Amino acid sequence: MPVYIAPTKDMQFLLHDVLRVTESDVAGYADIDRDMTGAILDEAGKLATDVLAPLNLSGDQEGCRLENGVVTTPKGFKEAFEALKEGGWNGLDLPEEFGGQNLPYVMGTAVGEIFVSANMAFNMYQGLTHGAISALLAHGSQGQKETYLPKMVSLDWTGTMNLTEPHCGTDLGQIRTKAEPQDDGSYLITGQKIFISAGDHDLADNVIHLVLAKAPGGGEGTKGISLFVVPKFLVNEDGSLGDRNALSVGKIEEKMGIHANATCVMNYDGAKGWLVGELHKGMRNMFTMMNEARMGVGLQGYAVAEAAYQNALAYAKDRLQGRDVTGAKEPDKAADPIIVHPDVRRMLMDQKSFVEGARAFTFWGASLIDRAHRAGDKDADGLVSLMTPVIKGFLTDKGFEGAVQAQQVWGGHGYIEEGGMSQFARDARIAMIYEGANGIQALDLVGRKLAADGGKHVMAFFEMVKAECKAHDGDERMKGFTDPLKAASKQLQAAGMFFMQNGMKNPNAALAGSYDFMHLMGHVCLGLMWTRMAKAAHAALDAGASDRDFYEAKLATGRYYMARQLPACAMHLARIESGADPVMALDAEAF
Amino acid sequence: MKVLVPVKRVIDYNVKVRVKADGSGVDLANVKMSMNPFDEIAVEEAIRLKEKGAAEEVVVVSIGVKQAQETLRTALAMGADRAILVVAADDVHQDIEPLAVAKILKAVIDEEQPGLVLAGKQAIDNDMNATGQMLSALLGWSQATFASKLEIEGDSASVTREVDGGLQTIKVKMPCVVTVDLRLNEPRYASLPNIMKAKKKPLDEKTAADLGVDVTPRLTVVKTTEPEGRKAGIKVESVDELIKKLKDEAGVI
Ligand SMILES: Cc1cc2nc3c(=O)[nH]c(=O)nc-3n(C[C@H](O)[C@H](O)[C@H](O)COP(=O)(O)OP(=O)(O)OC[C@H]3O[C@@H](n4cnc5c(N)ncnc54)[C@H](O)[C@@H]3O)c2cc1C
Ligand SMILES: Cc1cc2nc3c(=O)[nH]c(=O)nc-3n(C[C@H](O)[C@H](O)[C@H](O)COP(=O)(O)OP(=O)(O)OC[C@H]3O[C@@H](n4cnc5c(N)ncnc54)[C@H](O)[C@@H]3O)c2cc1C
Repeated sequence: MPVYIAPTKDMQFLLHDVLRVTESDVAGYADIDRDMTGAILDEAGKLATDVLAPLNLSGDQEGCRLENGVVTTPKGFKEAFEALKEGGWNGLDLPEEFGGQNLPYVMGTAVGEIFVSANMAFNMYQGLTHGAISALLAHGSQGQKETYLPKMVSLDWTGTMNLTEPHCGTDLGQIRTKAEPQDDGSYLITGQKIFISAGDHDLADNVIHLVLAKAPGGGEGTKGISLFVVPKFLVNEDGSLGDRNALSVGKIEEKMGIHANATCVMNYDGAKGWLVGELHKGMRNMFTMMNEARMGVGLQGYAVAEAAYQNALAYAKDRLQGRDVTGAKEPDKAADPIIVHPDVRRMLMDQKSFVEGARAFTFWGASLIDRAHRAGDKDADGLVSLMTPVIKGFLTDKGFEGAVQAQQVWGGHGYIEEGGMSQFARDARIAMIYEGANGIQALDLVGRKLAADGGKHVMAFFEMVKAECKAHDGDERMKGFTDPLKAASKQLQAAGMFFMQNGMKNPNAALAGSYDFMHLMGHVCLGLMWTRMAKAAHAALDAGASDRDFYEAKLATGRYYMARQLPACAMHLARIESGADPVMALDAEAF
Repeated sequence: MKVLVPVKRVIDYNVKVRVKADGSGVDLANVKMSMNPFDEIAVEEAIRLKEKGAAEEVVVVSIGVKQAQETLRTALAMGADRAILVVAADDVHQDIEPLAVAKILKAVIDEEQPGLVLAGKQAIDNDMNATGQMLSALLGWSQATFASKLEIEGDSASVTREVDGGLQTIKVKMPCVVTVDLRLNEPRYASLPNIMKAKKKPLDEKTAADLGVDVTPRLTVVKTTEPEGRKAGIKVESVDELIKKLKDEAGVI
């Protein structure tokens, strides 16, 4: 069975050596000192290793069942959910008035990574609830908050997000589910939603669905869409559960991965719902939570890759196959462990350098969200909005790649379900699709985010990279980081230039290159992260840190990323500069 | 009643232990450390006694390096009320021997006057299994070791012990020292709210010198080696051959 140990040391390094959280003036940051974050991460890690991870493979094999309209989760999930609940983990970054601990989002991100790595499918029951809580916090009425939030924060009830319908996922303007206003101020919701994660299950007493639907008078397309809260069981005045609402699970999907999370067809047959936020502003309301939701999916990408990597590494140290060509390492054995082979090293270093860079990127993004929300910093908000499609698209693409590479390290055994490596690849795959398919992330980045606020945020990002490189001018030790970063950043700017010059005349010239741009930018972001981590590692070594091995390894891993991954930027630029022609040359009929 | 629980910071049970190149001990630099699992069970039992109303206060004590305060915070997060750290070493590699630990604990107990000491039966780092027994001798209190069940009955305690070949239940007079075994309970996970609260709970710091205890080692570590790797097995042809080998080669029957 696969194992998982939370990388708490790396997380502590990011929080305290790189982000230096306690020095920040953002509210709540001064309190999360090394001891506090260490205690939290250790305990989350214990729960992940002892309770959640052991259910990952069995949950995948058993899957969820729908019988007589009731969804049953795999064996052990109920007890594990109880442990999660009792630990109060869902409230980590939620307001105290509803039972949370109000810790910064960056801590929620760190703990979230641990839980996702241990068991992604299980974690989604909580993750979707957290998303629904954010929506109600941002847009719900005081009454709605008081009715739903305490129970959702404690996980007595869970939540879902209902956007997708059979004929539309990306283009939600086509939504058909309708909402008819009633005299008592409620609405009756009718329609079918599909692919609803955690749509129903046996882990909680009630499921609070947030549903996008069309109410009369809103007009065509996305403008007519409103957001409704539709509980599985209606809630009485005194907070107790009342009648069953007119909604049901049509079926649960059989799918490639995350088998232990019920993906439901939800039928609403005149179910009672209540408007959340303003009428006809449902899409806009959804957008306000998009950064967090998409960052959460980007996190899934690298978190699963981390779990896969840990098991690839263990296997590489254990599996005896072939001899080290420079001389046998274990002559008394039949062969050397495969970790001696350069090609196996390549695979391990690809994974390690990606995951550690991705973690830094995501933690940094989360700290920007804290800055935006807790300190009202508009620039931080603009910057994280720019980064969000990159975090979502790039990290889930590369996370899947990492999981496949981990599988490759296991050779034939990676392809066999018993070892669990195949599951990592299958689970990681969905993160590239939901919460906006990655192609849509690229579209959002190039079509919307680059030009947002007159291009202010992307310019600020270029300046940030420049300043980081300049800060190390003349520092020989940093050249291996700053030289490639400078070059990649120039390539990114050249790509942006190409879009500016050609996109106006022919939008396809920009759209055909959007996916490459997302990846190019992803590499520049990870390059920036590695430069910052290198700086922090040197600082720690100079200060005489006792665990030199950790910091030396950090530097070597960073150098690998800069030397082996950043060259991809030139390729992406070349593709972008080839414009729309090679991509659009064939007529649709000619395929 | 006040319950006192000594807790030790040891190498985490998930960590693969590496022997130092010079054989002087186990490499502890920068490896993950946690609370000794038997001590976790003792803390859990103390908290349960408090929850049942059989105890009023749970005090945890750790002796060793300064970093042991992390271990104490863990115990506080589980539900202990108060912690005492006795700094007795600077170097993580310096193990404080059972007799010195027992003497320090005695000094703490003289001040604290608990009605019960609940300790782990042994620490998983050096497996000494001696501190609880020595402490009871120094205090002149009764002792019950290897507890798998504990019941407080007025001024005595009924303790079920795991002994060779079965279970033995004994009655001991309070105050007493009880050392706990694996099957006594399953320790809880600390909840997030309690981790946050633990930060605000009192943690006193003292030194071994404050308590007048000399912690200079009395034992000499001659050599530390890795346990011998498991040897490849062999297939036997018949039951007779198996019995013969068990008799002649293994010498077990
Ligand atoms: C396991 C699972 C769980 C899910 N959970 C939820 C959930 O909890 N709630 C929920 O509401 N939904 C959920 N979904 C739905 C998911 O969000 C959608 O599948 C996703 O948004 C894509 O929509 P679609 O499937 O309709 O694909 P389509 O929109 O049909 O897209 C198909 C392809 O076309 C591309 N494409 C579409 N439009 C454009 C365009 N304008 N420009 C360029 N390319 C384009 C896309 O990138 C994609 O590659 C889930 C899906 C799955 C599989
Ligand atoms: C579905 C399936 C069908 C199969 N069908 C058949 C069949 O019909 N007949 C048959 O005989 N076999 C079959 N196989 C076995 C398959 O050919 C082996 O799994 C494959 O050759 C890899 O060997 P391995 O699994 O032992 O991996 P290993 O040899 O242990 O390799 C593990 C990893 O180490 C790397 N590695 C190993 N040695 C070196 C080296 N010297 N230098 C660099 N890297 C190295 C590998 O590239 C790999 O990534 C099948 C396997 C599967 C999964």
